[in-house]
Amino acid sequence: MIADQLPALQIVIPMLAAPLCVLIRRSFVCWCIAVLANVLVLATSWAIFKQVQSEGVIRYALGGWAAPTGIEYYIDSMNAIMLLLVSFISCVVVVYAHETVRKSVQTGKHYLFYAAWMLCLTGLLGISITGDAFNVFVFLEISSLSMYMLIAFGSDRRALSASFRYLIMGSIGASFILIGIGFLYAATGALNMVDIASRIPDAQSQRAVLVAFSFLTIGLMIKSAVFPLHGWLANAYQHAPIAVTAFLAGTATKVSLYVLLRFFFSIFGTNYSFGGMLLNVVLLPAAVAGFVLMSLVAIFQSDLRRMLAYSSVAQIGYIIAAFCLASQAGLTAGIVHIINHGIIKTALFMSVGCIIYRVGHAHSDSLDNLFKKMPFTVCAFIFSGLGLIGVPLTAGFISKFSLISASMERGWWMIGVLVLLSSLFAIVYVGRVVEIMLFRKARTDNPQPTGLREAPLLMLVPMYVLLAVSVWVGISGSATLSVASDAAAALLGGYQ
Amino acid sequence: MAVLGLYNYWAVIVLMMAGLYILIARYNLIKKMIGLGVFQTSIFYLYISMGKVQGGSAPILDDAVPLYSNPLVHVLILTAIVVGVATTAVGLALIVRIYEEYGTIEEDEIKAIESREHDA
Repeated sequence: MIADQLPALQIVIPMLAAPLCVLIRRSFVCWCIAVLANVLVLATSWAIFKQVQSEGVIRYALGGWAAPTGIEYYIDSMNAIMLLLVSFISCVVVVYAHETVRKSVQTGKHYLFYAAWMLCLTGLLGISITGDAFNVFVFLEISSLSMYMLIAFGSDRRALSASFRYLIMGSIGASFILIGIGFLYAATGALNMVDIASRIPDAQSQRAVLVAFSFLTIGLMIKSAVFPLHGWLANAYQHAPIAVTAFLAGTATKVSLYVLLRFFFSIFGTNYSFGGMLLNVVLLPAAVAGFVLMSLVAIFQSDLRRMLAYSSVAQIGYIIAAFCLASQAGLTAGIVHIINHGIIKTALFMSVGCIIYRVGHAHSDSLDNLFKKMPFTVCAFIFSGLGLIGVPLTAGFISKFSLISASMERGWWMIGVLVLLSSLFAIVYVGRVVEIMLFRKARTDNPQPTGLREAPLLMLVPMYVLLAVSVWVGISGSATLSVASDAAAALLGGYQ
Repeated sequence: MAVLGLYNYWAVIVLMMAGLYILIARYNLIKKMIGLGVFQTSIFYLYISMGKVQGGSAPILDDAVPLYSNPLVHVLILTAIVVGVATTAVGLALIVRIYEEYGTIEEDEIKAIESREHDA
């Protein structure tokens, strides 16, 4: 009975938790509701993931209205992964958020923070689960609007201007997506993704499809912060409350990348996107320039959050480059990197959050010899940093290895060389910070607060759960690879 | 004549470009929100224009109405209007907070204040 309604529960649970938080208003109770809802959501997405693995595609007619009339939730092996990734990261980070929110957000506003968080989760899960093109836009706006609000909770006033800039850029991106969906509807007369995909081959010659394709490309590039449209990202990541940054870095851009995959591969089809429209001619230079330049820029950032933000843009470059290969191996590499980078970058931002919680800021210059005071936090930073670089036996190694071998398979060896070059830059920017935290003698002109000690347990435990998962992914590499390769096959095969 | 006959699409293009221009060229945050509003309104026009059927009447389920315009786009755009209103509300609320904190709503002045703070 309940197993049939799982796709609806996935959205309904967080959506109900949000107004509940607003009604109750007690900070601690709201946090409990958020955690409880998140655990339920995680369990739901795990059940859906298992169901998709054993029985194949789930098609759920919302409210009992069948597909062309009603909205359909369409879950195959690709979005089952996204649901699991988003709910897992949100679950871990919301537990972690308790201490940071208590410290940096006004007590009277905690309930709004958790309500916005739940709405944002609703939006992100909704984008991942839905099989209706217009529904994607609606959920995209739900997640974005609550995300602007979450960013504006930052304790620094620069959070406000960062949030506003994100609002302008994000709204332009979402509007472009709306225009694209409109033209698609005009050309095919359908909003259901499966129907659009089946009618695209006949409508291909229409100019409306071409215009839709262009608008969607630009809109999704803004939303997923592909270089050079990443302008909103660095400030938003730096000034948002650190729990929000961790959540945003692991999920929001990844979900946009998923939408990009869905539109280019499932709906327009690989042949149209990469054969007819030469998408890789546009995207590949942007992706390569992104991961080389942004890794370089990251080296010169003194604020850890800003450094990791630029590194995120670089990682998105890897993912886009992997998509541009448009082969089974390339897509698998891209999807694996979506998973791995989501986990690793969230863990990194969480360790930076622990540092901010105790030290008060995240300037790399004044973290001298931090290892003595906060060994667990620094260890977490080092291990996830190694994952970011892509050292063997970490999760990052698997995705970089599969990306390089996929580009070799396609004969684009230059990409492989540039990926290695950008990994060298990653060694520099992670290594520089690690060197300061491990070895540099404490100086007198840059005093650290007295009585500096390890971060609270409620922050350390979620961080280490995430680290444990990334280590497990790194050691038993085949697990994620096979899941991602199923997803890639589902995307390349199109809708049945 | 065919080009002139599509005058509603010309209105869409003019509004869209005007909105985008205001967004890019103006530093005043309120004016940016106005630009965003104009830009989004042009999309509403685009959708509504799409649903018009030549000679069709209002979509009423009745035997007397054989030909009617596509009502789906109206429903879609109602949703988009709500989203647009919400975006404007969040944007204006942020501007109020920005004015309280910085004492100005000119983007270049805010940037100047921020870079001064950063250097200090």
